[in-house]
Amino acid sequence: MLRRKGVSGPSRPRVQVTVTPQGATVDRRTFLRNSGIAVGGVALASSFGPGTLRKAEAAQPAPSSIERRKTICPFCAVGCSIWAEVENGAWIGQEPAFESPVNMGTHCAKGAATRELAIGHRRLKYPTKLVQGRWQRVSWEQAIAEIGDRMLQIREESGPDSVYWLGSAKFSNEAAYLFRKFAALWGTNNVDHQARICHSTTVAGVANSFGYGAMTNSLNDIHNSKSIFLLGGNPAEAHPVSMLHLLRAKETGAKLIVVDPRFTRTAAHADEYVRVRTGTDVAFLWGVLWVILENGWEDKEYLRQRVFGFDDFRKVVADYPPDEVSDITGVPSDQIERVARLVAENRPGTLIWCMGLTQSTIGNNNTRAASIFQLALGNVGRVGGGTNIFRGHDNVQGATDLGVLCHTLPAYYGLTTGAWKHWARVWDVDYEWLKGRFASQDLMEADGIPVSRWFDGALEDKENLEQPDNVRAMVFWGHAPNSQSRGPDVKAGLEKVDLLVVVDPVPTLSAVLADRRDGVYLLPAGSTMEIAGSVTNSQRALQWREKVIEPMFEAKGDYEIMALFAEKLGFAEQLLKHIAVENGEPVPEDILREINRGTWTIGYTGQSPERLKLHMQHQDKFDTTTLLGMSGPVKGEYYGLPWPSWGPPEMKHPGTRNLWDPSLPVAAGGLPFRARWGVEHDGHNLLAEGSFPPGSEIEDGYPEFTYAVLEKLGWHRELTPRERLVIAAVAAGSFEPGMLELSDTTAGRRLREVLEAHAVKSPPPGENGHLGLTEGDSTSGPTGITQTDPLAEAAAQTYEAFTPENIEKGKSGGQDSGTGKADSGGGGEHAGAKMSDGHSFAGKLLRVNWKTDLSGGIQRVAIAHGCAPFGNGKARAVVWNFPDPIPVHREPLYSPRRDLVARYPTYKDRRKYRLPVLYETVQKRDFTRDFPLILTSGRLVEYEGGGDETRSNMWLAELQQEMFAEVNPEDARANGIADGDMIWLSTPETARIRVAAMITRRVGRGTVFLPFHFGGFYQGRDLSEKYPPGTVPYVVGEAANTVATYGYDVVTFMQETKGTLCRIEPA
Amino acid sequence: MARMKFLCDAERCIECNACTTACKNEHEVPWGIQRRRLITVNDGEPGEKSLSVSCMHCTDAPCIAVCPVSCIYQTDLGIVLHDKDICIGCGYCFYACPFGAPQFPKASNFGSRGKMDKCTFCAGGPEADGSETEYRKYGRNRIAEGKLPLCAEVCSTRALLGGDGDVVADIYKERVIRRDYGSGAWGWSTAYYGPNRRS
Repeated sequence: MLRRKGVSGPSRPRVQVTVTPQGATVDRRTFLRNSGIAVGGVALASSFGPGTLRKAEAAQPAPSSIERRKTICPFCAVGCSIWAEVENGAWIGQEPAFESPVNMGTHCAKGAATRELAIGHRRLKYPTKLVQGRWQRVSWEQAIAEIGDRMLQIREESGPDSVYWLGSAKFSNEAAYLFRKFAALWGTNNVDHQARICHSTTVAGVANSFGYGAMTNSLNDIHNSKSIFLLGGNPAEAHPVSMLHLLRAKETGAKLIVVDPRFTRTAAHADEYVRVRTGTDVAFLWGVLWVILENGWEDKEYLRQRVFGFDDFRKVVADYPPDEVSDITGVPSDQIERVARLVAENRPGTLIWCMGLTQSTIGNNNTRAASIFQLALGNVGRVGGGTNIFRGHDNVQGATDLGVLCHTLPAYYGLTTGAWKHWARVWDVDYEWLKGRFASQDLMEADGIPVSRWFDGALEDKENLEQPDNVRAMVFWGHAPNSQSRGPDVKAGLEKVDLLVVVDPVPTLSAVLADRRDGVYLLPAGSTMEIAGSVTNSQRALQWREKVIEPMFEAKGDYEIMALFAEKLGFAEQLLKHIAVENGEPVPEDILREINRGTWTIGYTGQSPERLKLHMQHQDKFDTTTLLGMSGPVKGEYYGLPWPSWGPPEMKHPGTRNLWDPSLPVAAGGLPFRARWGVEHDGHNLLAEGSFPPGSEIEDGYPEFTYAVLEKLGWHRELTPRERLVIAAVAAGSFEPGMLELSDTTAGRRLREVLEAHAVKSPPPGENGHLGLTEGDSTSGPTGITQTDPLAEAAAQTYEAFTPENIEKGKSGGQDSGTGKADSGGGGEHAGAKMSDGHSFAGKLLRVNWKTDLSGGIQRVAIAHGCAPFGNGKARAVVWNFPDPIPVHREPLYSPRRDLVARYPTYKDRRKYRLPVLYETVQKRDFTRDFPLILTSGRLVEYEGGGDETRSNMWLAELQQEMFAEVNPEDARANGIADGDMIWLSTPETARIRVAAMITRRVGRGTVFLPFHFGGFYQGRDLSEKYPPGTVPYVVGEAANTVATYGYDVVTFMQETKGTLCRIEPA
Repeated sequence: MARMKFLCDAERCIECNACTTACKNEHEVPWGIQRRRLITVNDGEPGEKSLSVSCMHCTDAPCIAVCPVSCIYQTDLGIVLHDKDICIGCGYCFYACPFGAPQFPKASNFGSRGKMDKCTFCAGGPEADGSETEYRKYGRNRIAEGKLPLCAEVCSTRALLGGDGDVVADIYKERVIRRDYGSGAWGWSTAYYGPNRRS
């Protein structure tokens, strides 16, 4: 019989009150007066401080039969804490977590309705398989066995790349990491997740401008902003709790500027609303910057010290005077000037963007333009400034960081040989074995197919694909197909593959969109409340989720499902080598510890499960503006240890509050810009000039830290014997995880063995060992290299690169040069890429760096001297390895302004990510006569993503029951449409949807808006009856992306969903 | 003693509906009944403002005056509650209420609308505090647990305030003075006779 686990009956009151019968009001009054609740509750509203509310909680402890567990909201990336009250395994109540410095007890509609997911009835309840067009219940064992057999057969016939592993931003960090590792062990880079289609252009653009591609400051830090410049974002609906912080800033005087084609609910609160034509953001920003530069309002000293290429950049901006920009964007010149004055006069200012900027064929130009804009104003790396990029899903930041992406391994190490070797060391698997899992080393190191085009991987002619065969098996693990554009092609792809596997709490549109009769498996996954693990919110802070309830019905948690598949597919041993398994479920704490051991590039190394849990326990001790722990065991640490939290956890790095802020010592969370692009470019210095964090012993720019750099500075003597052993073993290729646990004495002995194995001779006693690898005090060093050793030569070459006088000469030995291929996701770490087998041991040793040193010693020593492990470089206004080194405006592929296409054309057609990609071929056709309106899309507060989960939530679904299109009254009149009429909306690639018209001036004349959360209809056809019984969402509707057209960002394959053309007519 | 009141700050309300779903969650309010709902004026145009509206627990509540079976009453905290065992579903209260608070589970021209349902300020009903019967008919009794209404506690932007009316008023006044715009607490004077006639 099918039952929900642990639910014994209907919900009951949480508190069995024994006194206060009706009429005993004296008690109640006394209580209210004495407890301070009535005051406390509302006082909170005034001060935003959590202090007073704690009294209320202390005053009324929950009865002992009820357990309180804290989880993080499963929806957007704000990361609101939730108290769950659980009785006998059933989630019976949800209470505000006032002590959370992020949400301070508040929620939006979705967060406040979270508990429904634990009591709802529309979930997928047991493994289900499609047999001759009918859904059939099967056991987990049967499902895993059948799916596994089919996959192994496909692997045999077509190679591992013919199975596509599509992961999720709903994964915890641990699940995300395990999933990426899983795909690697299966032998493919055809793995991706939602970040590709939400902020991939942000990650690529910002990482290539500053060094990391993440939100620089925090929601709380916006309290300090004097202006808030919002581009292509609608936080009032997409991140409502962020408005708590934005409105607080506004009420203390910050100017709120909202730039959007649509007068959003956020715009309703703006001081200045700018209606811009979709896809013209670069032009708009350059227009504003033109005014700023014209008036000399840029921060010249900041630009001199910390930014590369601004003079080249000035020449580009000169082409965008207000008149021209006004013509392109539709924004009046005087408003452009007004905005320029507002942002220039109200510094520090923050710039926030979301998908209005990212989802474009020039998305990477947009995000870089926004980054440069903030650099020009000197706003990056300042309290109250920054590029505050609001991420979408609850753990999209974490899943991005942990590499659920087709172009990189976890922590942006990329896919180079060095990167694979690094992770093979961390995973403790043999690199050669790992290589053997792939079809070839080339495919192992080649970007996979992004999710935005997975179906092209299935549909494209084999000859056009840079992999042996088409995608033949598709796994949707926490991902719905209505998030991908080109609906008819998605549907065709779903029908073409041999095997379709959905792992999700709900069946999702994947289950019903395709007209298939077999080869579909639906596996019920636990929700985020049904596993423990950490999640990273938009502001890079990690928060630990407790498991609230056991997975409902027959659902299983993600970790367990991955373990089951790995077992079936034959690599469970490698996947879980250092991860304990309890009751069939890999332990998330162990997974996080493994993450800590490998993610040196971005400082996910300091956030041990113990530290994260401590932060969750002491949430009330953090300041709600600075996020600094004020007392207790978290004193001096930033909430959630926002990455980078350098070094191993024992180093107790407090996390980085604001990226690139050189006003704090590195050990206290300060940072210069990352020296990521080498030390010079075209004869110009790429290292910072005269800007450095306090306490830095190098009072100027410097390159990233390698062992060679440490040695040059003489700081290598501070490495412990264990750290030296690990460094030497990494270089020698003989690293074992056990080395991290060795005592200093044993480590010293092992080190001598490693060195001797590589014929490093011991120098005479007393002589200064050149590498000084065995002892802290060089005078007593028994081993080392003499000056005549070839190692010394290698060392000398490396040193040359970073002596300041030689920087101008263009030597970058051993440093990241940033000149590789256009890296698309903040990748391009090229970890140890230079450590190829051709180099001698000595050369490899010198090149072990802050990213590959698994002991963390190099980072520790650098930070002890006040230096950032990644160097002290300049931000880039010119990204020379991108198609447009300096961002320029290019018209959308489906441009409504044919007259501008000639002046601002798109790119030439090209190939990337194993596929051909079209630009000019699409743009050259003029569709404006038949499709005269611009089509854009966006979010509603009640739903999230593809909406399968939220439309299956009765409390949310009730609030938004019909898919609609917003149409301007004049366009409606011209097309004979009245409010509420059903219309056909069609786009140039012939897809069309039938939706209700909502006539509103929210959209400007000539623009139509669609919310993108609906599904369950396809081009007028209701698919409800195709869902497995009892799982159809409460609300179904046409998916906006059915009519979204072709178009991909030139760097990341982000899909264009914000600007295409359409036609509307009465249905 | 405390006099419980609600206040919604239209300068802060972003129409996120947290109050609505928090209420649904706390009381497991069935589909079709919204004890608290969002009202937006000038939707999609400059001057757009939203407000969260429910029973305001008025000082001289017109619903109490018109109820033909006297099932509506006011507690010593000023909270307006009703007895569903007595309610006949006539709907008079709905017509009397300036805020459209009373909700009815059935819509029919003939016969009963069903028992009236409305916001209880999370204070349950006439049954024993925290009892299962009270929960089934009215939802949770947070007041008896020493908590305030959940809608106000979770409001995303702290637009909705609920609690001791004097404290609510002080918070709002301080807020208006600090930001120097957007005063005028909508519905406040209708419900509570304005600032000079607090009860």
